[in-house]
Amino acid sequence: MKSPFWRRFTRNKGAVAGMAVLLLVVVVALLGPWIATNDPWGMVQQPFLHPWTEPGFALGTDTLGRDILSGMIYGARISLLIGAVSTVVALLIGITLGAIAGYFGGLVDAALMRFTEIFQAVPSFALAIVLVAIFQPSVGSIVAAIAIVSWPPVARLVRSEFLTLRQRDFVQAALLAGQSTPRIILTQILPNAMSPIIVMASLMVATAILLESSLSFLGLGDPNQMSWGYMVGSARTVLRQAWWMALFPGLAIVLTVLALNLVGEGLSDGLNTRLDGRTK
Amino acid sequence: MQRLQFMLARVLQGLVAIMLIATVNFMLVRAAPGDPVSVLAGEAGASDAQFVAQLRTQFGLDQPITTQLATYLGKVVRLDLGFSYRQQQPVLKLILDRLPATLLLTGSAFALSLLFGVTLGALSARRAGTWVDSSITVIALIFYATPLYWLALMAVLVFTVQLAWLPGFGFSTVGSGLTGFALAWDIAQHLVLPALTLALFYMAVYARMTRAAMLDVAQMDFVKTARAKGVKPGRILRAHVLRNALLPVVTLAGIQAGGMIGGAVLTETVFAWPGIGRLMFDALLQRDYSLLLGAFLVTAAMAVLFNLITDFVYTLVDPRIELT
Amino acid sequence: MSVAARPVLDITGLSISLPAGADRALAVERASLSVLPGQTLCVVGESGSGKSMIANAVMGLLPRPQVAPVAGQILFEGVDLLTLTEPQMRELRGRRIGMVFQEPMTALNPVMRIGEQIGEVFDAHVSVPAAEKRRRILAALADVGLPEPELLIDSYPFRLSGGQRQRVMIACALVLEPVLLICDEPTTALDVTTQAQILRLIRELQQRRGTAVLFITHDFGVVSEIADHVVVMQTGQVVEAGPARRVLDAPQHPYTRKLIAAIPHGQAQRATPTDDTLRVLQVQDLCKTYRSSHGLFKRGRAVQAAKNISFELKRGETLGLVGESGSGKSSVGRCLVGLAPFDSGRILFKGRNLSQGAAFRREAAGKIQMVFQDPYASLNPRHRVGAAIAGGPIAQGIGKAEATARAVELLKLVGLAADAAERYPHEFSGGQRQRIAIARALAMQPELLVADEPVSALDVSVQAQVLALFAQVREQFQLAMVFITHDLRVAGQMCDHLAVMQRGELVEYGATQQVLNDPQHAYTRQLIKAVPRLTQPPQHLTMAVA
Repeated sequence: MKSPFWRRFTRNKGAVAGMAVLLLVVVVALLGPWIATNDPWGMVQQPFLHPWTEPGFALGTDTLGRDILSGMIYGARISLLIGAVSTVVALLIGITLGAIAGYFGGLVDAALMRFTEIFQAVPSFALAIVLVAIFQPSVGSIVAAIAIVSWPPVARLVRSEFLTLRQRDFVQAALLAGQSTPRIILTQILPNAMSPIIVMASLMVATAILLESSLSFLGLGDPNQMSWGYMVGSARTVLRQAWWMALFPGLAIVLTVLALNLVGEGLSDGLNTRLDGRTK
Repeated sequence: MQRLQFMLARVLQGLVAIMLIATVNFMLVRAAPGDPVSVLAGEAGASDAQFVAQLRTQFGLDQPITTQLATYLGKVVRLDLGFSYRQQQPVLKLILDRLPATLLLTGSAFALSLLFGVTLGALSARRAGTWVDSSITVIALIFYATPLYWLALMAVLVFTVQLAWLPGFGFSTVGSGLTGFALAWDIAQHLVLPALTLALFYMAVYARMTRAAMLDVAQMDFVKTARAKGVKPGRILRAHVLRNALLPVVTLAGIQAGGMIGGAVLTETVFAWPGIGRLMFDALLQRDYSLLLGAFLVTAAMAVLFNLITDFVYTLVDPRIELT
Repeated sequence: MSVAARPVLDITGLSISLPAGADRALAVERASLSVLPGQTLCVVGESGSGKSMIANAVMGLLPRPQVAPVAGQILFEGVDLLTLTEPQMRELRGRRIGMVFQEPMTALNPVMRIGEQIGEVFDAHVSVPAAEKRRRILAALADVGLPEPELLIDSYPFRLSGGQRQRVMIACALVLEPVLLICDEPTTALDVTTQAQILRLIRELQQRRGTAVLFITHDFGVVSEIADHVVVMQTGQVVEAGPARRVLDAPQHPYTRKLIAAIPHGQAQRATPTDDTLRVLQVQDLCKTYRSSHGLFKRGRAVQAAKNISFELKRGETLGLVGESGSGKSSVGRCLVGLAPFDSGRILFKGRNLSQGAAFRREAAGKIQMVFQDPYASLNPRHRVGAAIAGGPIAQGIGKAEATARAVELLKLVGLAADAAERYPHEFSGGQRQRIAIARALAMQPELLVADEPVSALDVSVQAQVLALFAQVREQFQLAMVFITHDLRVAGQMCDHLAVMQRGELVEYGATQQVLNDPQHAYTRQLIKAVPRLTQPPQHLTMAVA
């Protein structure tokens, strides 16, 4: 724990706070089915119950009498799940393409960059909407859609890191020593490119959660899953009567995304110093 | 002259990009579960057998795939984006009707976000380490984490439902028959909430970027040279730091434009703003895929156009760009 | 006999503190020096000596509050600068004191025209009508020897070379005719011929205007060329001071003596190589052209880095490839080891014609190795030193245990402890890292070693040690070496033969002694003349390395 990374990370108070909130959300998500008192889809109480009026329904109920607190707990599960999985997929695609483009350069790089640019030219949320709509909403299609719109920035970052690192003398020395290309990419270059990738990954999970909730808000969420976005969406037409239906799930999203951003900044601080003590 | 050549090349690239996106549309329709024709007809049109048969011949769905693609792209070039059975109008017309409203919304949101974002970011950098900096940074962080649609709903809740300061729905007061300046004022009032909520997220983005860029540039050698010449701090900030820090912000603005156009979908939905975003939402509800894809293509074209403009602006502000 | 002139700058007992956690408490400790009007004072020292700190302290440009003056006085024309407020200092900067910095490529605002950058100095201090200002800016540009001032005034910095940008900096510093000019290593980043020109320019301007000059440098050769007085600094303290001639001819302090002794003297002193007729390397008509990419509307540009380069090398011999930046020497170096393809010509290694690219390296089987220039970039920061050295033999098929043992042996050979193998590069200094790089190259048991500016990034005393290591290793393993450098003094000391390159062409090739004493080509003559040297080589000092 006393490693230089943790020392720098913990110096950032915001990052520490973010980490705490994030851990709380993760714990809630993991323990979900055991701490939620009701089935989120169960119509167990009178509709439009105000928060803090009935014990056991701390955050009130929605238009169909469903418990909002339980809904939020299950929503945490789905948001984190989709956020994490789609980020991993986007990273896999982006790192692979970026590494190839950055390492080999030339025509390969030019072709891959054109390909990436097409994806970036399109408004990503609109593309996500179209993808999920066409392939029918489900956890799988949402994860795929988010991954498809999120990989270009990763590819660009990895490409630029690889382009720089490829020219570094220690890579040239490895070439002279006769190391094979895959070995050089994996053991020489990639470890040095990991820091910015890790920071970007945490920010990507945040963006993925925002994307997923936006899709659910529009009605494109998985119909079998209670998600925060869906809860806010169902509050849209009854805002006057039931403001709490929109407030609490939204706050959950804000807090989780904020926590992820703060952790991302802490990671950036923690990983920033280059091991040789010089700035890159 | 060089600039003209460069821009022509970029316009060409943009057109190719739009054609490629149209191709993606084409492939999506084919890849969707079910019969492509029912996808094109939409939920409403699929029940009308005559309409379906019409589409089948129009799109040549019994022909080899390359011919189908050529037909489809040919239609796109002629701006024929299909027909919405549900709304009984050509898709293009529906979109063009809505385009001005979206342009007004995204245009004002963009201007607001850049103006306030850069100003706050510069202020934050200038007073780095003080409470001004901390508060701006915290506020930016919060808005950066806030979903657009939720912010919009909260804004409606507070300003329309509770305080009744500003209208929260629509483009203008329905049935009021206002004209001229009074109409413009009415529209402006309706524009405030949607434009502000759309702008706030991006304001945070630009503020963070401006702050980071300015702090970076302030460390650079040429700033030290300026100090060694005895140049006053105000001028150093404006002519040296900000001038260089704006370069990455311009690049970022181009990249974020796509995001803002996508975000307009959410804002327009909440505020019932009659733009393309709202149209996409309606198309979703009605399972009208022709309309959805047509709207998607147009938003993509808008984003491409916007990138072109920012590229052009970038060549104006950075003299180092080699145009030939 | 005249009244003792009052010094323009008089520093007494200056101490500057460093933030907590730095390797010492004070960057500068009780330093004193003074500069008389019309005279040049050189502050000499290696990196970390605190010499730049003094320059920044005079201008009030120290990065406070972490680094701040804590004791002493800086008297400028009788006024203690340390007591002035920031607005007062601002008035002096650019007007009474001018400063020129080290890195010309980053010292100018890239998006502001040259004319405006010089004009700023006027705007900050005097009120001058626009036409008059323009006239004076043009005059300033002409004064520093820049061609076509009319065009330059509206150009952007990216059009200028390093030397030209430095001239612009000097113009900015001197345009309001200050009484003191501070130069912080202004020629370190420049080519040797450009350096000579800039030094001449500064000398000229000083003589014409009677400016006092405070010149920071690490190069005693420069001191010898321009200094009237010298101050030598070591880890923050002034260890020697006096008239330049006296300090150079008869240095008192052991550190000064060590520095002067460490300067490469340019006289080869190695034994003549054996008559081994094995030609390790033969280069025949090597050509390489760089083509910049061309897009739809952009024509590509071709730069010939190497034009018909031919030379050969026998076992145990060292060839010096000498040239300035842009001469193509590094490109040739990369072609020799197979890291860059070449367009035409042949490279024969032990009589075998090597093919291009990865095949080249495979055929050479690791027997051609390279030592790179930047010690901070040539070792992978994430790998332990021992693993880095053993990595080469392992890739060639040698077992891990044997490779690791070889690595430890080599570390001892280059003068590092065996436990260095478990540490990371960032724990070592620049000189130590170069030793590790040499060990890494030797691990492959090479027959040809190409060293690409291996000591340019090192301090002069460390440089001497690393050069000695090269000499030792060369003898021990009978290596053929190609030594690429821009410093003729180093080349003269290390090499048997010299090949001088200018803009891709080999302009002179021959035995070192002959090339240095009787140069045939005009460019070689120019290079030799430009080398800043001690006018009287110190004969009574031994060449022993500390």
